Amino acid sequence: MTGVQTGSVTSLGLADGQVGGNDVADFNIERVCQNFPILREKVYGKQLVYLDSAATSQKPQGVIDAMSRFLLKKNANVHRGVHHLAERATEAYEGARVKAQRFLNAEHANEIVFVRGATEAINLVAQSYGKKHVGEEDEVLITAMEHHSNIVPWQMLCEQKNARLRVAPINDNGELLLDEFERLIGRKTKLVAVTHVSNVLGTINPIRHIVEMAHARGARVLVDGAQAVPHLKIDVQALGCDFYVFSGHKMYGPTGIGVLYGRSELLEEMPPYQGGGDMILSVSFEKTVYNVPPYKFEAGTPNMAGAVGLGAAIDFLAGLEHEALAAHEKEVLAYGTRMLSAVPGLRLVGTAHAKASVLSFVLDGVHPHDIGTILDREGVAIRTGHHCAQPLMSRLDIPATARASLGCYNTRQDIDALVAGLDQVRELFQ
Amino acid sequence: MTDPFLVPEDHTAIDAIAAIGDELDVFDDWMDRYQHIIELGRKLPPFPKDWANDAHRVPGCQSQVWMEATLRDGRMFFAGASDAAIVSGLVALLLRVYSGRPPAEIIATDPVFLKDLGLLEALSTNRGNGIAAMARKVREAAASVR
Repeated sequence: MTGVQTGSVTSLGLADGQVGGNDVADFNIERVCQNFPILREKVYGKQLVYLDSAATSQKPQGVIDAMSRFLLKKNANVHRGVHHLAERATEAYEGARVKAQRFLNAEHANEIVFVRGATEAINLVAQSYGKKHVGEEDEVLITAMEHHSNIVPWQMLCEQKNARLRVAPINDNGELLLDEFERLIGRKTKLVAVTHVSNVLGTINPIRHIVEMAHARGARVLVDGAQAVPHLKIDVQALGCDFYVFSGHKMYGPTGIGVLYGRSELLEEMPPYQGGGDMILSVSFEKTVYNVPPYKFEAGTPNMAGAVGLGAAIDFLAGLEHEALAAHEKEVLAYGTRMLSAVPGLRLVGTAHAKASVLSFVLDGVHPHDIGTILDREGVAIRTGHHCAQPLMSRLDIPATARASLGCYNTRQDIDALVAGLDQVRELFQ
Repeated sequence: MTDPFLVPEDHTAIDAIAAIGDELDVFDDWMDRYQHIIELGRKLPPFPKDWANDAHRVPGCQSQVWMEATLRDGRMFFAGASDAAIVSGLVALLLRVYSGRPPAEIIATDPVFLKDLGLLEALSTNRGNGIAAMARKVREAAASVR
């Protein structure tokens, strides 16, 4: 491959008469891949096959360029200076907020709080909204498929408040048992925190339905969208959730930046999470008046270049026609499911009916760690381990899985490379 | 019960490192190298099941690694195991170098040989860490009895 496309991303991946071999019409996979320079890297002399996007996605040239342009041309502290650069920086930073608002279809830009990532967003809600509204003997409901980041902040809150953490069960396919879920939402349930897409199983949870059940009983709902945003079209108003959180780095943006969406009226009445500069209107030693949302929650100088990079990642995703992207990802997932199912001794973990781009599996008699080590030698990057979801691992009664996860740039050929690598693994171990 | 502690065949740690190097040099192909390492892991003395617990766990590895140490006639002997096959092989190599040596020799043997033999480079850093952590624990155990 030659010539990295660095220009406009708006026409990216749209049909221009070219259709890649195995790929869905209207989705030009070669042009999409050209935007990710790192995919041309070689490891151990072999072509990199990156199947670890659920851990972190790779970054398109447009994101890399937007961040370096910001640092080269616009860097100054936001919301503070009267000088020209400060104005440019503020415009870029606030521009990214508006992009995030449109990306989630939030009603107002001030419902978008920039944070370090989904983890910080959940901690913020737990320690601000949760601290105010969850009292003794109240309950917070999560599910058995949550990532540690959507478990531990609630455990900490429950410990502080003497409240109770309840866990909604799943079936063996990795789907929520909705009847059980509904039964667990009681009068004492103040908050329901649920992942949109499971990082281990790929399960897509029926958020709208969950929100309706929770709201009917007066509970608020936080949705962990970290694994959903790179794959699904998100509309927080249609979902009806109270909070939606995600990280930039799993959706082709940089690390260290993420979004907390919160409905205006909730953010208004929530106490600040951290104190510092920019989150105040006035400070005296007697009394401090807090700024309005979202600034109330953005103490200190924010990750400006990160926010700009996130904005560029949103542009990148907007440049891919969503239906075509979804069709492509669905096709590669279906192909991967078929091919992996045919590998002797392999069992897929997570076979939900509604599923996004994750292929977790175990192989008879081979530790996932060994699978990962051998695949690495073949240039195939996957994740192995408990995936920061130890309670889910014990529910499934397995110590770990190997996980191949897909991004917009993955193809059938990547699946073939994975399966060829697994043949090597079997030769070595079975 | 068979002895869970590894009794070395090589006379000194330096001999063991040299012998390991010679053995690995035979293999040009990385698959064969791994095959060899996996075989070494399979030949480790059986590790008692009730030692495979948190008290014996070496932290810092993606797979589980357990070890135990004992002092016999002025020499430290180690037992070790992992639930992953390649890591078990690396444990076997580590024990072949360090087990059955006087504490002073253990302390004097720098675990840099793992790197020199390409064993840490063969494993990416975060996976290699478990083995590095085990080497550290082995040497700490030796230091504690001096």
